[in-house]
Amino acid sequence: MKAAVATTEAPQGAAVTATDLVRRYGERPALDGVTFAVPAGSTLVVFGPNGAGKSTLLRVLATLLRPHGGSASVLGCDVQRQGWSVRGRIGFLGHDPLLYGDLSARENLDYHARLHGLRDPGRRIAELLAATGLERRAQDRVHTYSRGMVQRLAACRAVLHDPEVLLLDEPRANLDPAAGEQLEPLIGRASGRTRVVTSHDPAGGLAEADLALGLRAGRQELLGAAAAISADDIAALYADTHGMVPA
Amino acid sequence: MPTTRKLYGTRLMLLSWAAVAVLGAGFALAAFYAPIEADQGFSQKIFYVHVPLAIVTLCGFVFGGVSAIQYLRSGDPRHDLRSYTAIHQSLIFCVGALITGSLWAKASWGQWWVWDEPTLVSFLIVFLLYATYQPLRFSIEDPERQSRYAAVFAVVAGAFVPINFIAVRLADPLIHPRVLNQAGGDLPGEMRIAFYTSLVGMALLFVTLYRFEMASKHARAQLKSIKRRLGEHATSTGGRSAAPRITPS
Amino acid sequence: MPHHGSPHGDVMRLQTRSPEVAQRNTPSTFGAARAVLQKDLRLERRAPQTLVAMTLFSATTYVIFHFALDRDSVDGQLASGVLWVTMLLAALLGIGRLFVSDRDEGGLEGFLLAPVDRTALLFAKGAALLAFLLALQLVAVPLFALLLLGPTPDAGTWLQLLLVLVLADLGIAVVGTLVAAIAVQTRARDLITSILALPLLVPVMIGASNATAPLLAQAGAEPLPGRWLALLALYSLIFGLLAYAVFDFLVED
Repeated sequence: MKAAVATTEAPQGAAVTATDLVRRYGERPALDGVTFAVPAGSTLVVFGPNGAGKSTLLRVLATLLRPHGGSASVLGCDVQRQGWSVRGRIGFLGHDPLLYGDLSARENLDYHARLHGLRDPGRRIAELLAATGLERRAQDRVHTYSRGMVQRLAACRAVLHDPEVLLLDEPRANLDPAAGEQLEPLIGRASGRTRVVTSHDPAGGLAEADLALGLRAGRQELLGAAAAISADDIAALYADTHGMVPA
Repeated sequence: MPTTRKLYGTRLMLLSWAAVAVLGAGFALAAFYAPIEADQGFSQKIFYVHVPLAIVTLCGFVFGGVSAIQYLRSGDPRHDLRSYTAIHQSLIFCVGALITGSLWAKASWGQWWVWDEPTLVSFLIVFLLYATYQPLRFSIEDPERQSRYAAVFAVVAGAFVPINFIAVRLADPLIHPRVLNQAGGDLPGEMRIAFYTSLVGMALLFVTLYRFEMASKHARAQLKSIKRRLGEHATSTGGRSAAPRITPS
Repeated sequence: MPHHGSPHGDVMRLQTRSPEVAQRNTPSTFGAARAVLQKDLRLERRAPQTLVAMTLFSATTYVIFHFALDRDSVDGQLASGVLWVTMLLAALLGIGRLFVSDRDEGGLEGFLLAPVDRTALLFAKGAALLAFLLALQLVAVPLFALLLLGPTPDAGTWLQLLLVLVLADLGIAVVGTLVAAIAVQTRARDLITSILALPLLVPVMIGASNATAPLLAQAGAEPLPGRWLALLALYSLIFGLLAYAVFDFLVED
């Protein structure tokens, strides 16, 4: 059952948009005609079972994957033709922390700072390490970190260059509630940035969302204001995910 | 785009007959019409098979490289299919060139392989390089990446061929009076006719086999598409494939 | 967890995105390449695997050659051949490892997310491979002179040998980086590396071994024929340009 299409208009100034976005893997569509618009400062939460295309969507928006059909834009720039201009303004936190185990936290962040051309990396790094409580272990190699610490450091990496848009793939995974709270000001709603977040948690996800998007097998099953969507609608996405034909 | 039948039906049959006819004529001319070469005797006639094979091989590899460039620029999978088929065919022709080269070496110099024939040696190296094309494709699962990487390989390998020839030529200290040099150059009249006929016949053979393979791939893809439309879920438990998948028109 | 200052103070500071931080330069290709190179050299210093393996491999290979050829010393073309075969096979080890840490630890995506030209990666990795090869040869060539080489080269010969090494390493580095970038995305990394790199490196072998042979002649070093150096230079130039042209296609999805 499709919910009503987004009641929020697709304004000219939408920070993140997708129009009939298609991305294939061989012959199988990983994304099949996804369309939405996220106003600046809002949070879009993407729901769906495994294999629905949530991670693929984030990676296309992050300019890591090229669309095979349709288009997507971030901050007014087409991801395919103008990816160059937009890369420095996106913060991506995927399943991989993108950190080198043999380098320390500080060295990892310093490397990314240099790749992004930050002018005063030392101060920014110290600031982020302090905010996530990692400053005492900053000199230790990352492969000695617990999974939760790695995730926190990865979040630091994602916001190091102060991006306007955040793309987060299940950011609370591997984190206990206290650590999750710690990351709130960096990557949560409190950060004030435009966010696209994937989530497996209907209640929690809807609570932090302005817009909700539901995907299943690459197709867009629902899209609307979070207030208008219930947790049951989300749960319906997960039904019949084992090949059974719905009644 | 014309249907598979029109593209590959009548035209392919005509092409096959033409290839057989011209090639047969070329061999007949070579065997009976062209004079026997003074130094090497009858066995020199293998030159009429070996050199056309070699030339067609190189052209095939070049076409494979050009198609690869087109694929990289446009992303159209048809170019990738052309590149794959051309390289695949050329590799087979390359083996033919090496075998006939070896036969010629045995007939001329009494050994099955000689290192002081730079062209032959170059072909061996080129063969060893292009032989990695299919294993490379096979080992990349993501189909789009497979096509892209294969295209990059085809371009790099294509650029490699001339440098390789130069390098091997430099490494050969002796200068043999090689009949190969005469190809297309100062061949006497009858030899020239036989040679060019064989060359054209070989080229036709290449194009024919190329189209056969394309036809076979198209037919298989159409079959899969029909199956999918009938509702059967296309399950290929047969593992990965090195060949590019195509969506039929 | 202890915080510096009050929790609210931190939240406030991070919320308002400070203008100084938001200011950044688009990093130049050279600057980005330098960052990647320094990262790779630092990683190798931290966990020295590749260089150590390449050096040990070379040493053991010399021993194997001694037994395989049943010779106490070699000179001229034979010495040149033994040296360069060993260098080539050791280079394969380095090539196989070049992109592995990036692929396995997601560093490649970290690079792709940055607003930098992708060829910075090509420069950085090529430079890293070149550095590894030169560092290897710093140990492996004197070792070769010690273990297997008959004639003792004088200073002038060493310099010429150095020239050949640098030119050949340049070619190996360029083609090696390309092959490494291709192979790292396949399922049979080490196999693909070997079968892909070896034919491509044949011209380098031809140039390097023929250039080195007169330098190691038993009767005293002979002058170095220029055409081998020209071949090596041509090879590096052509494949360098080619690598620059196609590299984007290997890293972009």
